[in-house]
Amino acid sequence: MADDSAPLVCRNIHKSFGDTPVLQGLDLEARKGDVVSMIGSSGSGKSTFLRCLNLLETPTSGEVIVHGEPIQFRQNRKGVRVPADQGQVERIRARLSMVFQNFNLWSHMTVLENIIEAPVHVLKVPKKEAIERAEAYLDKVGIRERKDYYPAQISGGQQQRAAIARALAMEPEVMLFDEPTSALDPELVGDVLRVMQKLAEEGRTMIVVTHEMAFARDVCSQVMFLHQGRIEEQGSPEQVFNNPSSERVKQFLAPNFQRSTL
Amino acid sequence: MLDFHGYGPELLRGAIVTTELAFAALALALAIGLLGASAKLSGSRSARGVATFYTTVIRGIPDLVMMMLFYYGGQVLMNQLSDYLYYNHGIDFFVQFDPFMSGVLTIGLIFGAYMTETFRGAFLAVPTGQIEAGRAYGMNRLQVFCRIMFPQMLRHALPGIGNNWQVLLKTTALVSVIGLSDMVRIAEQASKAEHAPFKFFIPVAVMYLSLTAITELAIKWLNRRANAGVVGGI
Repeated sequence: MADDSAPLVCRNIHKSFGDTPVLQGLDLEARKGDVVSMIGSSGSGKSTFLRCLNLLETPTSGEVIVHGEPIQFRQNRKGVRVPADQGQVERIRARLSMVFQNFNLWSHMTVLENIIEAPVHVLKVPKKEAIERAEAYLDKVGIRERKDYYPAQISGGQQQRAAIARALAMEPEVMLFDEPTSALDPELVGDVLRVMQKLAEEGRTMIVVTHEMAFARDVCSQVMFLHQGRIEEQGSPEQVFNNPSSERVKQFLAPNFQRSTL
Repeated sequence: MLDFHGYGPELLRGAIVTTELAFAALALALAIGLLGASAKLSGSRSARGVATFYTTVIRGIPDLVMMMLFYYGGQVLMNQLSDYLYYNHGIDFFVQFDPFMSGVLTIGLIFGAYMTETFRGAFLAVPTGQIEAGRAYGMNRLQVFCRIMFPQMLRHALPGIGNNWQVLLKTTALVSVIGLSDMVRIAEQASKAEHAPFKFFIPVAVMYLSLTAITELAIKWLNRRANAGVVGGI
């Protein structure tokens, strides 16, 4: 039995797009303070899996349980599985905030407006309090002086750190990161990874889809290697990186062993 | 000194009628445009069908023909409906199709079709990631629409709205044909009576020109506001 207090559990997730199976029975249990990384080659289903967790994609079958509360599904008229209660989905999404590969900061709002938007309009936090909170998180990610800039006026690394501040401002139970450094120039990657490492050290529960092997190895508590929609290897970083049982994982990791630490 | 042979006040009233007509038709056209665009982008096949039929039909018929159809045809239909309701159900219901109302309805419907296309394109220009971020942060559909889709769509729609508005404003001149005392009709009557076409039509032309010029400035200002956050501006 899964622990009821685990912030995020999912069981036997399947997802198909049309006739193409993308996820074929994935399980995940993130306990409080876990930092789970999902690695694997492109097209292995990592991002789709992450998007199933906050219902940006609806799993074709399987369960998603947030803090003991299972998300309800029903079949629509065409027989497609959809969430039964949109209100429940919205409530749950507000507890799992997401950081996107392309940042997706709202381009018509300043950095500060981006950060207070969901707290004010979704969580109904008073605006003054939301601003104070936002400024504290901007300090934490190190871009407070950029708060009145529009996203297009700052660098990619700063945008991603603003997006992390936006995620933090929801005071989420779990943070979902979808390849947060893949769209960044190499010299900006470090800034973002350092912020994420700091969050991991604070004991935040995080699920990170990444190609940064050093981050997966040095920061995460659990590593999942996905291949063709299945979990090929799962365990502690030592286990997966130093002693993988799967040939596929060995092949994938071989060129990465030269990579240095953060 | 300008001398309008006593037609001055009437011309001014006509200009006010023109302006009222234009703004009322614009409001209707914007409302229809938003509805039409939502229908065209909706998942419902029948909604898409109705909207496509509407834009295809409207855009393929001359404005003047539409206006006459509405003014003369609308009244005939109204009379029949009124008779039917009175004799069969004892309901006393009648609406007189006056030229102003016909004008607003016709111009609103015509430009609603153009606005539908403008808004549709503008909605499609909003990157999906922006909307997805809204959903991922727990916003409901209405919040995603009002807080993210609409303000971002506006940036793409404003240039099109501006063009449509200029054409709409000039189209109001057509209502003089169905007897509305707008400034064009007043000028026509006056110029015939006084044998002085330049004296009356040039002020009308200047009036239209100043209306389009003023509103163009307003649209430019709106555009600048809507484009806040875009590097390079407009």
